[in-house]
Amino acid sequence: MGLDFSVVPSYFGVLLQGMGWTIAITIGAGLLSFFGGIIFAVAALYGHWVIRLPMRGFAWLFMGTPLLLQLFLIYFGLIQIGIDLPAFVAGVIGLGLHFAVYNSELIQASILAVDKGQYEGARTLGLSRGQTLRRIIIPQAVRAVIPPMGNNMIALLKDSALVSVIGVMELTLAAQQAISRTYRPFEFYLAAAFCYYIINLALEAGLRRLERRIAASR
Amino acid sequence: MTSAFVEIKNAAKSFGKLQVLKDINLTVDRGQIVAIIGPSGSGKSTLLRAINELDPLTSGEVWLEGVQINRKLPHRQYEKHVNQVRQDIGMVFQHFNLFPHLTVRGNITLAPRMLKGLSEAEANKLAEEQLTKVGLLEKIDEYPSRLSGGQKQRVAIARALAMKPKVMLFDEATSALDPELVEEVNMVMKQLAEEHMTMIIVTHEMDFAASVCDRVLFMDQGVVVEEGPPSVIFKTPKEERTRNFLRKHLARNGG
Ligand SMILES: Nc1ncnc2c1ncn2[C@@H]1O[C@H](COP(=O)(O)OP(=O)(O)OP(=O)(O)O)[C@@H](O)[C@H]1O
Ligand SMILES: [Mg+2]
Repeated sequence: MGLDFSVVPSYFGVLLQGMGWTIAITIGAGLLSFFGGIIFAVAALYGHWVIRLPMRGFAWLFMGTPLLLQLFLIYFGLIQIGIDLPAFVAGVIGLGLHFAVYNSELIQASILAVDKGQYEGARTLGLSRGQTLRRIIIPQAVRAVIPPMGNNMIALLKDSALVSVIGVMELTLAAQQAISRTYRPFEFYLAAAFCYYIINLALEAGLRRLERRIAASR
Repeated sequence: MTSAFVEIKNAAKSFGKLQVLKDINLTVDRGQIVAIIGPSGSGKSTLLRAINELDPLTSGEVWLEGVQINRKLPHRQYEKHVNQVRQDIGMVFQHFNLFPHLTVRGNITLAPRMLKGLSEAEANKLAEEQLTKVGLLEKIDEYPSRLSGGQKQRVAIARALAMKPKVMLFDEATSALDPELVEEVNMVMKQLAEEHMTMIIVTHEMDFAASVCDRVLFMDQGVVVEEGPPSVIFKTPKEERTRNFLRKHLARNGG
């Protein structure tokens, strides 16, 4: 049986829909991982130990265990304690928190690397600790880690395929569905790979633009 | 009016076992300009930074216009108090400490908007005024990374002035600048002097100190060795240590 891509166009709609879900998950989880990363970083550095200790455990859970297990835990596990999340929401939360922990590590190091003079400059004007952190330190720390955080976002996009295991009809699962009807795995996996590639290109272009835009403000 | 405006009483400061300031007393009247000179490590920066509580004193008092700056208060109240009094004390650092992620405008308007509740329009007007004063209005929308050292320091001065401080502290404002950029910053400081801004200036530039300051303090090893008008301190100092310092300084800086 040779390759026959002529079957792909009739499943265009399915693939496109899958792509839509993949983009939605990536954006949702990406935003969660960004803002979550900032909040975790601040809590880890400045939080009371009552907050810091459970955060440690949380970070260990998300860095030290497979993402797949985390998704199962959030989707199937939480039902047992009465939290029944839609698969999409569970996927966004799982992916988002997972990468928030990684982003948090980057941001923590970056906050500590901000020049002490920045802190003094702000405090001297009369800004409080919190105001200084919010308006001076964090914006600079975040700018400094845009490139490595961008890499995390690309990893997040790729790992979004894992969300298929809890039944979100994203790109990989959409391809599988088409395959189960046509028995054309090679064609559809290639088509899906191409779709991922397109999203990746757009993401990278966006990140490069962002980096250029903030270049002067660093 | 010649009342004590800034007053430092029996100031002492230790970093661990190292005593950096030893029983320093200093009174600055409104509109007075005081220079602090002395060898590296003598405690000049520490004294200046004690005035706005960046490096709080171990003992002693700091007063500004009848308000004690370094009041002993419970933590929360202390934070509030310090954030309040710092608004009245402008400080200019050797390395500018401009906020790189904000434009010149953003650098100047941030604190007035956040702390004094100025509207955007009011804050913009203020920024324009202050930048005009330091001759940098055309740079208002630039980021600090696009400015020369001298321009950065002038923006830093404008940023401090935008809070309408009662006193300005300068910690070697020109030491990090290329020689050809020193003058533009000195000019701004001279202009402030003409407007009778109260200033305390830590400097290694004796000519500048001599030309703008009413009084000069010579510090060494955490004490004020000698103080007086520049004509006396620079021409006929009484203390041997002062003479030594000035001689070495002259030799090093080629007269
Ligand atoms: N945060 C600190 N922790 C420990 N020691 C410090 C600290 N800040 C200053 N010192 C020490 O205090 C002494 C006085 O320092 P200070 O910076 O006040 O000197 P200075 O007169 O400003 O010197 P320079 O002309 O080099 O700026 C020095 O011995 C310095 O090493
Ligand atoms: Mg110093």
